[in-house]
Amino acid sequence: MRAFAGLWRRFFGSLGNSLLTLGVLAFGVLLLPPLLRWAVIDASFTARTPLECRAAGGACWAIVHEKYRLILFGRFPYAEEWRPLAAMLLIVGLIGSACGGLIPRRALHLAGLLGAAAVALLMWGGVFGLAHVESTNWGGLPLTLILSVSGMTMAFPLAVALALGRRSRLQLVSALCIAFIELLRGVPLVSLLFMASFMLPLFMPGHVQIDELLRALIAIVLFSSAYLAEAIRGGLQGVPATQEEAARSLGLSRTRTTFLVVLPQALRSAIPGMVNVFIALFKDTSLVGIVGLMDLLLATKQALGDPAWRSFALEAYLFVAALYFGPCYFMSRYSQALEHKLGLGDA
Amino acid sequence: MNEDAAKEALRAYRMAPPHTLAAKGGRAASCRDLLLQATIFGLVIAIAGFLAANLAGNLSARSIRTGFAFLDSAAGFEIGESFVAYDGHSTYAKALFVGLLNTLAVSAGGILLSTVMGAGIGLGRLSRNPLVAPLAGLYVEAIRNVPLLLQLYFWYVLLTELLPHDGTAPALLPGFYLAKSGLHFPVLGESSRAPLMTLGAGFVAATALHYFAKHRQARTGIRFPAWLALALALLPASLLLARMLATVPLDLPIQRRFGFVGGGTLTPELTALLLGLSLYNAAFIGEILRGAVRSVAPGQSEAAAALGLRTGHKLRFVVLPQALRVAVPPLASQYLNVAKNSSLAVAIGYPDLMSVGNTIVNQTGQALEVISMVMAAYLTLSLSISAFMNWYNARLEAWSTS
Repeated sequence: MRAFAGLWRRFFGSLGNSLLTLGVLAFGVLLLPPLLRWAVIDASFTARTPLECRAAGGACWAIVHEKYRLILFGRFPYAEEWRPLAAMLLIVGLIGSACGGLIPRRALHLAGLLGAAAVALLMWGGVFGLAHVESTNWGGLPLTLILSVSGMTMAFPLAVALALGRRSRLQLVSALCIAFIELLRGVPLVSLLFMASFMLPLFMPGHVQIDELLRALIAIVLFSSAYLAEAIRGGLQGVPATQEEAARSLGLSRTRTTFLVVLPQALRSAIPGMVNVFIALFKDTSLVGIVGLMDLLLATKQALGDPAWRSFALEAYLFVAALYFGPCYFMSRYSQALEHKLGLGDA
Repeated sequence: MNEDAAKEALRAYRMAPPHTLAAKGGRAASCRDLLLQATIFGLVIAIAGFLAANLAGNLSARSIRTGFAFLDSAAGFEIGESFVAYDGHSTYAKALFVGLLNTLAVSAGGILLSTVMGAGIGLGRLSRNPLVAPLAGLYVEAIRNVPLLLQLYFWYVLLTELLPHDGTAPALLPGFYLAKSGLHFPVLGESSRAPLMTLGAGFVAATALHYFAKHRQARTGIRFPAWLALALALLPASLLLARMLATVPLDLPIQRRFGFVGGGTLTPELTALLLGLSLYNAAFIGEILRGAVRSVAPGQSEAAAALGLRTGHKLRFVVLPQALRVAVPPLASQYLNVAKNSSLAVAIGYPDLMSVGNTIVNQTGQALEVISMVMAAYLTLSLSISAFMNWYNARLEAWSTS
């Protein structure tokens, strides 16, 4: 009985609380049944034509079955689609096993290099009897993964240099780094993508051709390096000055002090922040569609260009939202767990 | 070395800024630093020169016009939404200005809406109600982990494809319609300006009264009754407004078979953009506010309660000032994000600065000039927002320590 009273108080303890509870309940009663009817009861999962779907009256999840190849792989040649699939599995598998500690620490660099080479081989082809596929034909989820993972990997060294440079005692260096970081953080990624797409070719010597994918990648690398640099700077500020003083008084040179004493500690505590930058980057790769790269989102839009299925756009977008949600949610949980493990955060 | 000299050296060591400390070797080290900086400077200049030479070569090879002369020629394209008079004969400069105004409007609207919604979400997550807190948590996780662009497409499709046609759209509230052609709502007619101005005057009077009452209470301890203040400030204006509304009706949207006549309209593009931006950023702002309130030690709240402060006063004078101090810096960067994210308008066809700029680049080919101008505008906007938030933060600090 007492338990019941306690429960009652939590739901209806005060007037405001009771109103809140009733409001939520009313909302649920009004909204949930029609939503459930649309998403599950009246939905068609196996329809072959849009007409069947329309007859059922609910959500048309069959659009996922109908269009998943275009959504997942973009314009990659139909017969070769096992290659981006393999590349995707390789990327996810490598990152997963690295995060799970399955790859020995010494072999991490080697595994990363081999993985990158294998992914490049699978995507481009042209050797070992694999047909060559232009990067303009890459698309879908593999493209999103490749852009975000390689973007992050390439941004990292640049970000470390920027974060160190920002704290440099050489005023020119720190001024340049601050200007670079603040400039890139002050403009939207879309404008950088447009800039890379329109202006980069103008800045290159006449004979150098840069393909669209590389242009977008350059914009992404520059953009995320600025944010990553700030995450790393936070880590650098967290290293007590006594660490540097101790290392210097032990006779380590300034370079060794930075790379053997300060940076390892700084990077360690910057990991959660860096994971958050990566999550943002993973979501932001969806913007490359604006300059015409067939990433997951633009491929979905293309799939919806089919007038027959156009009225089921919501279902397709919800499916793609789930594809984004999974990794992002997992990574944010991972970052929180790391924060907890490293004894950081606000807990 | 005697003791005094050693102490003096130690003091000098402690006082010196770090970069002079590092120059252990004195003149040799500072000479090396100078040389290093000169090298870096030379390198930067060399790279800039290389890029500039390439640029000049490419521009002349492709015979692309340069300079800002194009700004004065007629743009020749229409812009769907504009706060100032604009048509196809207007200049490119005017077009960019229209885009800039639209960006500012969307950013301001987005910041306002997402702050209000974010406060709701943050309070919801802090609520002890066992239904509200998980619901708010669900909202935050669902929104935060899906790209904003995808959400914009989602709302845009919802608003343009799946809503009823104008003729059959039901009223959400009396006078409010959501149809394929956008959100239609009543506006105040021309003749209701006077009560609005009275309301404004009432607001000014209320502010003045507030300062008077506050200072009098600080001096003499006599409180000014809150209800009287509110009545004094609002009553005349509301009476006048009510009288005017009774005689001069609102400009209501009237539903016809093929569209709406009268009233105000938000286009689907603007509605989707505002909705998407606000819902997305509200999730982040909610988390910032929640974290800020949580960061205030529970002892503070308990102490305030033990001193006999009522809940409202406890929040206003003890918890909120401390929470705001924590919240303002991350809030500032979130507001920056709203302004920058408004550039995604280009993807759903709302004519903001980015999308007007893109059209102009495609027409004139003068990418260098246009994109530089657009980026400079965004940079200025970002810097102004962060300057404002820095000012607010400084004021907050001064206020809470005085």
